[in-house]
Amino acid sequence: MIKTTAQKIYLGLIFIFLYAPIITLIVLSFNASKTRAKWGGFTTKWYAALFRNEQIMQALWNTLTLAILSALIATLIGTIACIAMQSMKRTSRAVLMGITNIPMLNAEIVTGISLMLLFLSFGIKFGFGTILLAHITFNIPYVILSVMPRMKQLNPSTYEAALDLGSSHTYAFFKVVFPDILPGILSGFLMAFTMSLDDFIITHFTKGPGVDTLSTKIYTEVKKGIKPEMYALSTIIFVTVLILLLLVNYTPKGKKKK
Amino acid sequence: MNRKLLSLPFIFWSAMFVIVPLCMVFYYGLTDKSGAFTFDNILAIATVEHSKALWEALKLSVISTVICLLLAYPLAMILCNMNVNQNSFLVLIFILPMWMNFLLRTLAWQTLLEKTGVINSILSALHLPSLNIINTPYAIVLGMVYNFLPFMVLPLYNVLVKIDKNVINAAYDLGANGAQTFFRIIFPLSLPGMFSGITMVFVPALTTFVISKILGGSKILLIGNVIEQEFTQTGNWNLGSGLSIVLMLFIIFNMVISVITDKEGEANTL
Repeated sequence: MIKTTAQKIYLGLIFIFLYAPIITLIVLSFNASKTRAKWGGFTTKWYAALFRNEQIMQALWNTLTLAILSALIATLIGTIACIAMQSMKRTSRAVLMGITNIPMLNAEIVTGISLMLLFLSFGIKFGFGTILLAHITFNIPYVILSVMPRMKQLNPSTYEAALDLGSSHTYAFFKVVFPDILPGILSGFLMAFTMSLDDFIITHFTKGPGVDTLSTKIYTEVKKGIKPEMYALSTIIFVTVLILLLLVNYTPKGKKKK
Repeated sequence: MNRKLLSLPFIFWSAMFVIVPLCMVFYYGLTDKSGAFTFDNILAIATVEHSKALWEALKLSVISTVICLLLAYPLAMILCNMNVNQNSFLVLIFILPMWMNFLLRTLAWQTLLEKTGVINSILSALHLPSLNIINTPYAIVLGMVYNFLPFMVLPLYNVLVKIDKNVINAAYDLGANGAQTFFRIIFPLSLPGMFSGITMVFVPALTTFVISKILGGSKILLIGNVIEQEFTQTGNWNLGSGLSIVLMLFIIFNMVISVITDKEGEANTL
């Protein structure tokens, strides 16, 4: 009894530690005073101002399109790479998995500067395109690492059975293999999307002047003071995701149970 | 079979955007401005300014990694023993905060820690001494622990949850007490996850430049700050690359350890 109470207290403390800054930001988004330091009364004016702030809206648009595009392309490249790796010999698969792990284990700052040097040397113009290339690069490993375990669990006999029963390779793949690895693909996509959305360091080194994501915009505002509209925007994003998660977790699970 | 051809986009992409860029870091790091071979950029780590930044970064990242480990181990064990829907709880604790921008979350700690900030207001209301850690190394450690704790919990949780309950029960049946079971059974079995967690926390902590900038009040320079400045302000790519190579030595050392201890890839965090 004492043990479970102690455990609950511990969980609670960790929870407070992780959520204290988030709650602070949500509170700040309703703060009438422009500075972070003092509380000037409750207001929702920043939420209205947010949608009139073209710079923030542009940064939001950039961030979202980057996240969606990079996650989609990374999911495509990563998934077909997993399909290929499944039919490879052990050693070549190990080599490819090793390469997959490089961006995961390497420091983000090194990945960032290495890509910056690449784009500089090849004279590629810094802008939306370079950020997209960089994001795809660090997103592919997340997809592979979440699809690969699913691939390994597949029973190869089912695919062969489909072929024996006269289906074509493509048909057999989409009817037999694809449904089984779909959860892995989806979680890989979501992971990639989240990582792209939250990335700052790699974007910082691969962005060009004039193109900003929310992260880089916030970083340039750190010194001057963050515009309160930013707090409002992140509160909206956070609450939206929270509601979506609650919906996913608490919808009737009748279908899912086997 | 032509199925192997499907890996071509990935191989091309990795060669182009992972391997070649890394080679470029080595090329710039090992040459001077005129393109002649030199070790100067790497040896530059020995200057007082750079070695101090590296030492400071090593110190803070080791401390943060240890704190993360101490906080995460009990947490992962508690999560394993809970019967509620663990997945949604894990997401709630670790994935959801990521949707609030990382810079803003770190910045929020400024508001919390400031001299007249939230924490000090609470402390003074309780007549407790105030906490003045903003713009000190302590605040940086706090920021590192806050940001990287999930990277320690997830791999630990993944190995702990896979430990066969029968093994633990067998230990009890054979007369081991709680402490013995932990140190002789649970702890050794959790080592792969622990090492993978240590890598996942140590590398970003060692190389960060954002946390030190926001919470260290730009007085404390870590090696990450030095490299960032070389690239974005001074424009000395050779020196920046050379220092990055030094950093990579630490990362590679760390990777080798995690590969040796985690051959099965059991502790993959995802």
